Amino acid sequence: MDANILQQLVRDRAEKRAVALATRLTDGIQKLVYPSDTQEEKWLIEAASQVLASDRGAIVEGPGGEWFLNPFNPPLRLILVGAVHIAQPLSQMGRIAGYDVTVVDPRTSFASPERFPEMRLLTSWPDEAMAALAPDARTAIVTLTHDPKLDDPALQAALRSPAFYIGALGSKKTHASRVARLSDAGFSQDEIARIHGPVGLAIGARSPAEIAISIMAEITETLRK
Amino acid sequence: MSDALSHDNVLEEAARWQAEGRKVALATVIETWGSAPRPVGSQLAIRDDATFIGSVSGGCIEGDVVTRALDTLETGKPEVLEYGVTDAMAWEVGLACGGRIRVMVEPVTG
Repeated sequence: MDANILQQLVRDRAEKRAVALATRLTDGIQKLVYPSDTQEEKWLIEAASQVLASDRGAIVEGPGGEWFLNPFNPPLRLILVGAVHIAQPLSQMGRIAGYDVTVVDPRTSFASPERFPEMRLLTSWPDEAMAALAPDARTAIVTLTHDPKLDDPALQAALRSPAFYIGALGSKKTHASRVARLSDAGFSQDEIARIHGPVGLAIGARSPAEIAISIMAEITETLRK
Repeated sequence: MSDALSHDNVLEEAARWQAEGRKVALATVIETWGSAPRPVGSQLAIRDDATFIGSVSGGCIEGDVVTRALDTLETGKPEVLEYGVTDAMAWEVGLACGGRIRVMVEPVTG
């Protein structure tokens, strides 16, 4: 790999730009392929778009033999609404799992750098924060506050987004009243069914860290299965 | 955002080593069959003193991949390696899990 290509690839990753690295296996010729590049050869754009969409590298037949296309998507994102106790281990686990994590809570006593060192914190209201974050199909959203004033606007924004995972902390009873409120707000049963509630896999989790594990496991299951 | 906690910073580390004036090679899983331990695209960065970061298997073939990747620092040419299930030759490098993988090793040049 040419050092310039390596440096550009590192820059693309830092700037969260989707790119595929194409390598001709017969001689090692390489180039970076951006799906929006109109100057690029059509077969390369198509192959790059495909590996980026599936997030899985592939070997394709191209000019001069086999080419390996390796996708480099921007990181998956995890948005946590509620800078509560569970958010502390969950934000760290999300980061270890490769997610770009943001914690949202307008209550600055909760969303403090002391409680969340080196974590991105947004202290705007959840509806404003969600509008700014614009969740996409590579985003997971978990509400953790138990407070409808904070959770509901975030969930409504989440339901209007293509987020691949939406979870809401709370008991079966809490979730039932949440479902009723969202239904009153005009969401269909199918839409509301996207919400994982009670959140997390049933592994008998008790401590905040254990609950974080069960949530992270459910996010992973939803992403990969 | 610098993600010291993330376990996916192989290329960043490779670029850092290169910027420090070290010779660096990369290994990438390009194809898998059966129960391969790491998916296509998994990478290993190897520094000239054989320090490495990342993984291309569960640890079964890293030793050999590192050696072969360091060879490319001499030849300047990429190679495609293939590893399969370990057979009766217990000393052969292979995958205990029964899978087969192809790995490309290449020097970072220039």
